[in-house]
Amino acid sequence: MTMELFGDPYVWLPFTFAALMGLSILIYVVLDGFDLGVGVLFPFADGAEKDRMVSSIGPFWDANETWLVLAIGILLVAFPQAHGDILTALYLPVAVMLIGLILRGVAFEFRVKAPGSHKETWNRLFFTGSLMTSLSQGFMLGLYIMGLTWTLPHVAFACLTAVFLTVGYSFIGATWLILKTEGALQRKAVEWARGGIWGLILGVGAISAASPLVSPRIFEKWFSFPATLWLLPLPILSAALILWLWRALRSLPAPGDKGAMGPFVAAIALFTLAFAGLAYSYYPFVVPERLTIYEAASAPESLIIILVGVCFVLPTILAYTALAYMVFRGKATDLRYY
Amino acid sequence: VDTLILSRIQFGANISFHILFPTITIALGWVLLFFKLRFQATGEDRWMAAYRFWVKVFALSFAMGVVSGITMSFQFGTNWPGFMETVGNIAGPLLAYEVMTAFFLEAVFLGIMLFGMHKVPSWLHTTATFLVAFGTTMSAFWILVLNSWMHTPAGFEMRDGVAFATDWWAIVFNPSMPYRLTHMLIASGLTVAFLIAGLSALRWLWGDRSAEVRTTLRFGATLGAVLIPIQIYAGDMHGLNTLEHQPAKVAAMEGHWDSDKSPVPLILFALPDEEDRENDYEIAVPYVGSLILTHSLDGSIPGLDQFVTEDGEVLHPPVAKVFWSFRTMVATGMAMLVLSWAAVWLMRFGRGPEGLPKPVLYAFAGMTFSGWIATLAGWYTTEIGRQPWLIDGVLMTRDAVADVPAPMVLGTLIAYLSVYGALTAAYIGVLTYLARRQAKGEPVPTFEAPASGAAEARLVAGE
Repeated sequence: MTMELFGDPYVWLPFTFAALMGLSILIYVVLDGFDLGVGVLFPFADGAEKDRMVSSIGPFWDANETWLVLAIGILLVAFPQAHGDILTALYLPVAVMLIGLILRGVAFEFRVKAPGSHKETWNRLFFTGSLMTSLSQGFMLGLYIMGLTWTLPHVAFACLTAVFLTVGYSFIGATWLILKTEGALQRKAVEWARGGIWGLILGVGAISAASPLVSPRIFEKWFSFPATLWLLPLPILSAALILWLWRALRSLPAPGDKGAMGPFVAAIALFTLAFAGLAYSYYPFVVPERLTIYEAASAPESLIIILVGVCFVLPTILAYTALAYMVFRGKATDLRYY
Repeated sequence: VDTLILSRIQFGANISFHILFPTITIALGWVLLFFKLRFQATGEDRWMAAYRFWVKVFALSFAMGVVSGITMSFQFGTNWPGFMETVGNIAGPLLAYEVMTAFFLEAVFLGIMLFGMHKVPSWLHTTATFLVAFGTTMSAFWILVLNSWMHTPAGFEMRDGVAFATDWWAIVFNPSMPYRLTHMLIASGLTVAFLIAGLSALRWLWGDRSAEVRTTLRFGATLGAVLIPIQIYAGDMHGLNTLEHQPAKVAAMEGHWDSDKSPVPLILFALPDEEDRENDYEIAVPYVGSLILTHSLDGSIPGLDQFVTEDGEVLHPPVAKVFWSFRTMVATGMAMLVLSWAAVWLMRFGRGPEGLPKPVLYAFAGMTFSGWIATLAGWYTTEIGRQPWLIDGVLMTRDAVADVPAPMVLGTLIAYLSVYGALTAAYIGVLTYLARRQAKGEPVPTFEAPASGAAEARLVAGE
């Protein structure tokens, strides 16, 4: 049977799905990260700039959010038990995030269709929704690192990561705006990116410091010879990227718009490195220290039927996502429906 | 008040709010494709004008549907972990296929459909419109497969309390799926027909006499008139299928307490009394119940008395709720039939909307959202009618609920309800506002800032 082709299906299938879920989460954090970040930066922009900012993310946000549905979908279908455990533990922040997602998602549409006098209200709701979503995702990340238990120090740590992730999102949002805008707004975006890079440094730093301290297992994984040697490129690359960003942001915007894409790409690379570190720390656990991906996985018969679909569909999704980014490449212009 | 009932209300509120918008976008996507193709075939501006107005409604409805749908994928885990733990092996792949084949398709091509008309070749824009419509329909297909499977589970076996798939074909094409899918897709068509006719009638009443409003008013009324008889037939078939597989639901729909009572009357009005297990103030037409349900004058159907165990446990749904939801749906459908047929008759021989007297126009305006009422009432009938089962005969609703403290569920429930209430009001308000501005000849531009010179020139030329 084909399931045995790659060895024990109780091993390779859960691993494959964990990898797919990780990939979806990473793509989500990068893609929705930048459009949430743009929302968080809203209050710092004036009226016309807000329109331009929204038009820079308008064609993308919906597809970006779909990666969250895919990630949570994989958790749901491949690791049903973990899905229940994690989401009941995160009941309140999930509710806050969902209401945030609802508010910002509909504000995209309402702010340009409602009577002009209501536009300010919808702008505010767009910001509020983006902020609620970013903060609650950061909070969930922090609580996850703390093993999903609600104690005062854990919640305090989660509040910290909430702020850091929000600043991190606004940083990648600012780098997106550097890429997609020009003129005064682009100069502002460079300022925002300079201001936001701190959040990223502190966030990555706090999580890197906290996770080995909370879990002896993670400490062991990182600080035992020779693993430490293999892992060394991770922090070194991150530091190099941050240094590079620091310098690049000082010379932007450059004449002829040179290097406008650099910061965004570097930000993606940073998010990816941080994510790789987290994935390494927590593997093979899906619920930290309690449930591994192998214990939580669905029956192989069900996983294989999903995987067949994934093999065909995921490349297609990636292809037409690329098509959408191609169609709307270049500087954001004002969006019109016709 | 306990966690179970609060969680049920929360999920019910969620899914009720959600369905309002897909029910519009599923059919409106195809309608937009139709408008665009008519424009390409005829070159008549009225079709493009119709496309431009209704694409705004589509975009707004789509956003509402997306965000409320995300909420549901999380609530499976936050409130109903027992569902996925028991039937995750079956529900999982179905949901996965929905996300993979439908969500991404519609989400990615929506951007091109909405904002790409002047960035991509016309054929690609038309293709994008088609793919969005196709994506919404695929989404409906997969979710109705899963929902139908919860009503008429098939193709699986239970091992240690967990369902394992044995036959995917049987799972996907489970007994109630074709009926439910057909019934829902036509419901979506009717919702959109009356939405289009209603907003167009409103614009007409406000003095709009454009070729566009003339077109959409006729289009909406005609679409409604065509679909409603098909829907009544499809609904009847679905009812017979339910009688075969979920007789307790049909007994509740009919307020039929006593199995020995034959022939079955058609009850027009009654107040079902769950305590005394009988109907108060019943007004009924004899024989008609048998005629509808068994297509014979003296056929009998199982009564609710068959669904009570010997130790008194009630295994049938709450009767009054199902009874009245069903009647609300049927009454709305009848009103749709009368109105759309009357309108088509009055507009015959090319008389067009001028043939419609004011009361008919007001009736259309009043029934703008009648599709919502019928859709919700229908879903309440079928979903409450499934109780006390979450998956018929496999899993009880009470066994799937998460052990979240009741006050916490109450807190989130209140938060969701206020957001949903406010957004529904805002949605209706904005649709009316869009229609009013259009009627005044000052359509709402999608973005207020001017476009680039080239796009502006095309725009002026196009209008």
